[in-house]
Amino acid sequence: MGLPRPDELISNVNLKKMPSKWWMDTLPVEFKPGYYCYGAKGKNLDYVGFPNARDFHVTEEDWKLPEDWKNIVLEGIKQRLERFRSFHVFMDICVRCGACSDKCHFFIGTGDPKNMPVLRAELLRSVYRKYFTAGGKLFGRKAGARDLDIDVLKELWYYFYQCTECRRCSLFCPYGIDTAEITIIGRELLNLLGLNTDWISGPVANCYRTGNHLGIEPHTMKSTLEFMCNDIEEITGIKIDPPINKKGAEILFVTPSGDLFADPGIYNAMGYMMLFHEIGLDYTWSTFASEGGNFGFFTSLEMAKRLHTKIYEEAKRLKVKWIIGGECGHMWRVWHQFHNTWYGPVDFLEEPVSPITGTKFENAKSNKIVHISEFTADLIRHGVLKFDKSRNDNLIVTFHDSCNTSRGMGIFEEPRYIIRNVCNHFYEMPDETIREQTFCCGGGSGLNAGEIMELRMRGGFPRANAVKYVHEKFGVNMLANICAIDRATLPPLMDYWVPGVRVSGVTELVANAMIMKGEKERTMNLRMEPLPGKEEQ
Amino acid sequence: MGIGLAFIIVLGLILFAYIGTEILGLESLFAVVFPYLAFVIFLIGFIRRVVKWGKSPVPFRIPTTAGQQFSLPWIKYSKVDNPVTGWGVALRMFFEIAFFRSLFRNTKAEIINGRLYVGSNKWLWIGALAFHYSFLIILIRHLRFFMAQTPTCISIIDSVDSFWQIGLPMLYMTDIIIAAAALYLLGRRIFNPQVKYISLPSDYFPLFLILGIVATGILMRYFSRVDITAIKELTLGLAYLKPTIPEGVGSLFYIHLFLVSILFAYFPFSKLMHMGGVFLSPTRNLANNNRMERHVNPWDYPVKHRHYEEYENEFREKMKKAGIPVEKE
Repeated sequence: MGLPRPDELISNVNLKKMPSKWWMDTLPVEFKPGYYCYGAKGKNLDYVGFPNARDFHVTEEDWKLPEDWKNIVLEGIKQRLERFRSFHVFMDICVRCGACSDKCHFFIGTGDPKNMPVLRAELLRSVYRKYFTAGGKLFGRKAGARDLDIDVLKELWYYFYQCTECRRCSLFCPYGIDTAEITIIGRELLNLLGLNTDWISGPVANCYRTGNHLGIEPHTMKSTLEFMCNDIEEITGIKIDPPINKKGAEILFVTPSGDLFADPGIYNAMGYMMLFHEIGLDYTWSTFASEGGNFGFFTSLEMAKRLHTKIYEEAKRLKVKWIIGGECGHMWRVWHQFHNTWYGPVDFLEEPVSPITGTKFENAKSNKIVHISEFTADLIRHGVLKFDKSRNDNLIVTFHDSCNTSRGMGIFEEPRYIIRNVCNHFYEMPDETIREQTFCCGGGSGLNAGEIMELRMRGGFPRANAVKYVHEKFGVNMLANICAIDRATLPPLMDYWVPGVRVSGVTELVANAMIMKGEKERTMNLRMEPLPGKEEQ
Repeated sequence: MGIGLAFIIVLGLILFAYIGTEILGLESLFAVVFPYLAFVIFLIGFIRRVVKWGKSPVPFRIPTTAGQQFSLPWIKYSKVDNPVTGWGVALRMFFEIAFFRSLFRNTKAEIINGRLYVGSNKWLWIGALAFHYSFLIILIRHLRFFMAQTPTCISIIDSVDSFWQIGLPMLYMTDIIIAAAALYLLGRRIFNPQVKYISLPSDYFPLFLILGIVATGILMRYFSRVDITAIKELTLGLAYLKPTIPEGVGSLFYIHLFLVSILFAYFPFSKLMHMGGVFLSPTRNLANNNRMERHVNPWDYPVKHRHYEEYENEFREKMKKAGIPVEKE
């Protein structure tokens, strides 16, 4: 990866040593390779109608901005102050107590003070003060206000794309100031000028056209699922025919497209199909609603709404009764806290009731979308599924709570209940690093690009450090999670910091242990590795 | 940054009040005009700010969830840290405002020999709680200066606060606590490198101002002889809108009163508005139930999105070839 050795990476980080220059005096910002994503391509911006579409090169002096860019940003701030009480209040009430300062994984991993949530917000707050408050207008720098110039804009860009919107800071803030909210709005402002990254704008354009970030076209999606089913047949002897765009199915199943593409996500996708087959669920995939994730959420809320609308549209077209959502982080933040507001009232669907157990999912009665872990936990609770836990006996498992599902939803017990029922060896990481206090994987909110591997390894350091602890103490070798971004970002993070720990979705573990009706004697897990005790065969 | 500036400004304010009353004899300005002006600025400014915030709608229901969600009936959910009902939200807000719940969670991260250690750290919570509660009690205690008859509840608070009965006049615990807590909060800004780096003049200024108020208050009560009857005559006059300027009040009191006036007038334009803002924070004051009950965005607007028809038009041949059902053959 061209990175320093792990022990060297963090050795120069000193959380107690701040630069000698005050933070307003450290401009222009230095674009360190490994810390910033490549700029967006014009064609991707243009495809979805983002303003100022052109090839954007971060390190070039000229960012090719529209002439009145400053007005566009200031007007944008004004409009958002009037539209978001969160933004308005958060701009005004921070007392800079510093409770958030060492809560951010990027600050811990880089030691860069502008990665302290309070300073990340101050970068924008200083501009707000200058143009929207009496004190800032009168006293300028003395009141913490500064002009918006090109260097400030570049700094905003640099640091709003060094935040994964994980909300860990907002948990500790005595006023609930949420940097994710500030970053979301900061990125909206930047997107008014076409200042996006390639890694985000590419998937957004793909998602608009093909329905998913990876640009998987319908026929490819079908052959991918069939390919997985061939593997399932080889492993279990059971032939599954995946239902695709099936009208009148009871349930629409939507998961992030990452689960269709690379391991270990694909094992999770196999797991979903095995689970649904085993319980005889009447469901369908959709090739158009083939993405539950939403990289639009990392550009603007409007773009997020534009991408997410297709899911309910497909539910309507396919005449399903309700929706099950797969394992994903920000997808669930969007579904849980935004989607119903954007699209509702969702009165063309029915209140979700499990056709297997009869359980009414009260908590999803309005938006009609149930989390796969809620659904599976309910199945297990009712004794519907039979397990041979020993098939997972080679795994010593710990669970990584994903930021979005933790602090933007609160799904903690369901996945743990599932894991305990399908694995014999489960150990928790330390309390300060799990559940609502969980640490980010270092690559959320569209920051899982390859070119920022150094930033990701640094940002993922707190998470990896906790895994290392249970790896050494209990021999943990499997990091389970319910997020597709995690399944993409945690494997390189583990290889770097804690070699020997692998990554898995929760449903993969379920499918491994699940005894299916009519299955042959299993000798392999979903990864086609021999099961414990079957190594000889 | 700006600690010197903030200190000098507060010193200047003290000097201003001293010269104004002791040398120039402008007692009426400091005893009547400034207090009334400050109070009006505070009242109008505070209300205006809150109304301004209130005018910005809450488009999305975005609570920061700090515990298990409400889902399946057999999973115990966190009623306060992840509420789904109005009562739950009220409790969450109560714990937040009365006990600084979020600050109670505070931890400290340290890197030692390349390993990260995260441990509990309650100092800021204790310091903040001590500061705010002693401030509140002192404020309530002071109401006796503005009422002809001291209500029983204030007398009770008074006697509890001076429970230890040390010295004469009796020592208030809150006087000691607020001085210590304010010095602790100031000390953090000087000695904690992270907090020092983020601090602005507007962070030091209110601390020095409050320390000035506390110091003059303590001086008047325990060290310098002030004519308490004259002072009460003055404060009662203010409260009953019949301002009088009795003889022998002394400039120490005027400095105290002037700093309080500045604090009130400064309040609505400063970070001190966190007092009002915390009630309006959407990550705390909303229920986590957007899948159960739809939250409506008042400025929602239709957006351009891709329709299935366009999608099928682009991929129809490929779909048909792959045997995927289509709408139009």
